[in-house]
Amino acid sequence: MIASILSFWSTHFALMKIEFWYLVVSGITTGFLYGMVAVGYTMVYGILRLINFAHSEIFMTGAFAGYFLMREFVGNNTPSGVQSILLILGGIAVGALASSLMAAFVLERVAYRPLRKRKAPPLAYLISAIGASYFLQNLAGKEFGRNPIAVPQPYGNANVFTVFGAPFNQYDLLVVIAGILSLVALDIIVGRTKLGRSLRAVAQDMETASLMGVDIDRTIMFTFLIGGAMAGAAGFLWGLNSNVGSTMGFVPGIKAFTSAVLGGIGNLRGAMLGGMILGIVENLAQPFVSSAYIDVVAFAILVGLLMFRPTGILGERLGRVA
Amino acid sequence: MTPELRARLGRLASFFAIAALVAVMTGPSGSNDSPTLGFTQSFAQPYSYFGLFRGQRWMVFLTLALVVLGLHTLWRRGGSGVRSKAQSFRQTFDAPGRRRTSALSALVVVAVVALLVPHLITNPGIQSGIVEQVLAYVILALGLNVVVGWAGLLDLGYVGFYAIGAYVTAWMTGRLPIAAPFHHPVSSFAAIPVAIVFTMLAGVILGAPTLRLRGDYLAIVTLGFGEIILVFSNNLTNVTGGAQGTNPYIPSFTFRIGGIKYLFGNVGYYFLVAGFVAATIVLFRLLEHSRVGRAWTAIREDEVAAESIGINPLKYKVMAFAIGASVSGFAGAVTASQIGVVYPNTFSLYFSVNVLTLVIFGGMGSILGVIVGSVLVQGIAVYLRFYPPSGYQASDLYMYLGALLIMMMIYRPAGLVPSKRRRREIRQAEAGIGHEGDVLLGEQP
Repeated sequence: MIASILSFWSTHFALMKIEFWYLVVSGITTGFLYGMVAVGYTMVYGILRLINFAHSEIFMTGAFAGYFLMREFVGNNTPSGVQSILLILGGIAVGALASSLMAAFVLERVAYRPLRKRKAPPLAYLISAIGASYFLQNLAGKEFGRNPIAVPQPYGNANVFTVFGAPFNQYDLLVVIAGILSLVALDIIVGRTKLGRSLRAVAQDMETASLMGVDIDRTIMFTFLIGGAMAGAAGFLWGLNSNVGSTMGFVPGIKAFTSAVLGGIGNLRGAMLGGMILGIVENLAQPFVSSAYIDVVAFAILVGLLMFRPTGILGERLGRVA
Repeated sequence: MTPELRARLGRLASFFAIAALVAVMTGPSGSNDSPTLGFTQSFAQPYSYFGLFRGQRWMVFLTLALVVLGLHTLWRRGGSGVRSKAQSFRQTFDAPGRRRTSALSALVVVAVVALLVPHLITNPGIQSGIVEQVLAYVILALGLNVVVGWAGLLDLGYVGFYAIGAYVTAWMTGRLPIAAPFHHPVSSFAAIPVAIVFTMLAGVILGAPTLRLRGDYLAIVTLGFGEIILVFSNNLTNVTGGAQGTNPYIPSFTFRIGGIKYLFGNVGYYFLVAGFVAATIVLFRLLEHSRVGRAWTAIREDEVAAESIGINPLKYKVMAFAIGASVSGFAGAVTASQIGVVYPNTFSLYFSVNVLTLVIFGGMGSILGVIVGSVLVQGIAVYLRFYPPSGYQASDLYMYLGALLIMMMIYRPAGLVPSKRRRREIRQAEAGIGHEGDVLLGEQP
């Protein structure tokens, strides 16, 4: 009797433990992806004071670019070894490239620059951003179909190691490495290079920076290029694990924005931290909240956060990105 | 290359790019299996113009781009004469003496056309489409105009209140899985005031804590609210009926006058909702120039100055938000009884953006503009729904609405029929005068 109870609890507890670590692993993975998208929101907000609504469609662009590459080169094959690595690197590169071009040369040029030249009131920016988001989303839906599409897998997604019994797969490893590398690179670009210095100068005071010889248009273009590249890479990685589709960007976009606010908007490291926290919290909430309501958790965090601590955890850095 | 030539080449390239984009937008759709088909067919599809001219789509759009470019060049070269003529033409209608007569005659024309519509359009499907997609949207847009146009608050959760209004109606008439509040389900007409009260309360509850936020954060919070309502209405199956919608049908409005029961059909609904539209217009015209309306203008233009003369900004913002919410709930209640079913999938962000587009297109803050904008855009939407041109899918509408939003913001930010005050505010903001930027940006001073 006692033995049976003990064995029941020990197996049950062991299961719970594995489930816990399983959720932590998937939380870290989604957290890195949220963080990579959140960086784009936070950089644009830090410089233009604009919630770039269309950032979720930039994310979608990268996912589709990666999908087309996989569709072309993977098809029905099952690549392995060096082939897999090359395909994944290619997917990340193509996703990042497509998204950054879309963000800097289409979105910024068409939807924001004319308003900036006219010094339009901020509400105009926000409405233009919403319009761009809807336009891109439905154009993609029209051209690529409106149902979610599974991405051909360039790798076997084998188990690499286990964390207290929870599997840590190649996908998780890939996301963690990509996330860390891109964030370190971003930190160096913003903190150490000339471009980063002009970026910080423009965030602080656009007019003065332009008087000091900083090319405002070029700096803003680079902001969109960098943010777009991160979002595109994240989009490809996101699509690998779930599906791609025209509306795929909306929910991750909102969550990434939540992450950006959570970390303190305008704060690059904060965006990453916020993404990590949101990813883990959201995953750990899964045993308690039915899957249909999991998005409500993120929305509730967002609403509560904006109402009670709009400056986030590490503090807002409007006017001084980084 | 001289700068002059460069500018010209740039213009040429952008005209071709726009023509190609329009070709893709209006062209056939691709699908999941053949994602490139839409692009290729958009240019290579055979096209004939009443049999006179045969060719492919790209020829049509190339010609179009060249024609528009030519017109654009002509406008730039000799447009000033045309523009000044247009100005003087407009002034004859704006002249103080003629203003009243032209407004009156326009009103008479609108009333006659509105009376004739159900006789000219006899297809019952289109009739009900006009009620639910044009007239209801005019009411919705007028309500959102109070929030966005007059109080300057961007509300992206507008659909949430519409959903609450519709569900309250279903609840009052006993069409939800949960029991109706009274022993006998009431008629759907009697549910309207209840829906208005509920949504107004919801507006106050959501607005009071969130309206302190800066403008763009408010947009996100309201968006989150709308999405939460959507998730709940989809998943709380034992309260809302879930994704299947409510069941059985919500009864249409009925009246008993002198023992004769009158059931509202399509035409009946048309006139009833047109009456509601007229009542809303009269009400909001009174509101616009009332003490409250002037307070909104003051807050929008300079919140600090408004506060210093004794206006409590939060109070008036909550008021605007609640009025907008109750109008949305009212429209929700009316359409719920007209359509008969409440489906959660109507309540997505798309709906809020659709209504927002009407307000922006027509002209923020201008009642006439909002009406003209909604009738135009929604009328075209109904037309496209019943007579879709080849290559058009129903969800393409949102693509056009998105493009419309960007174009309005670039070329005509004050809207089609701008409110004079609003236009001046935007000009001032662009010139760096006034504090409108602060309120709309939400950099709380």
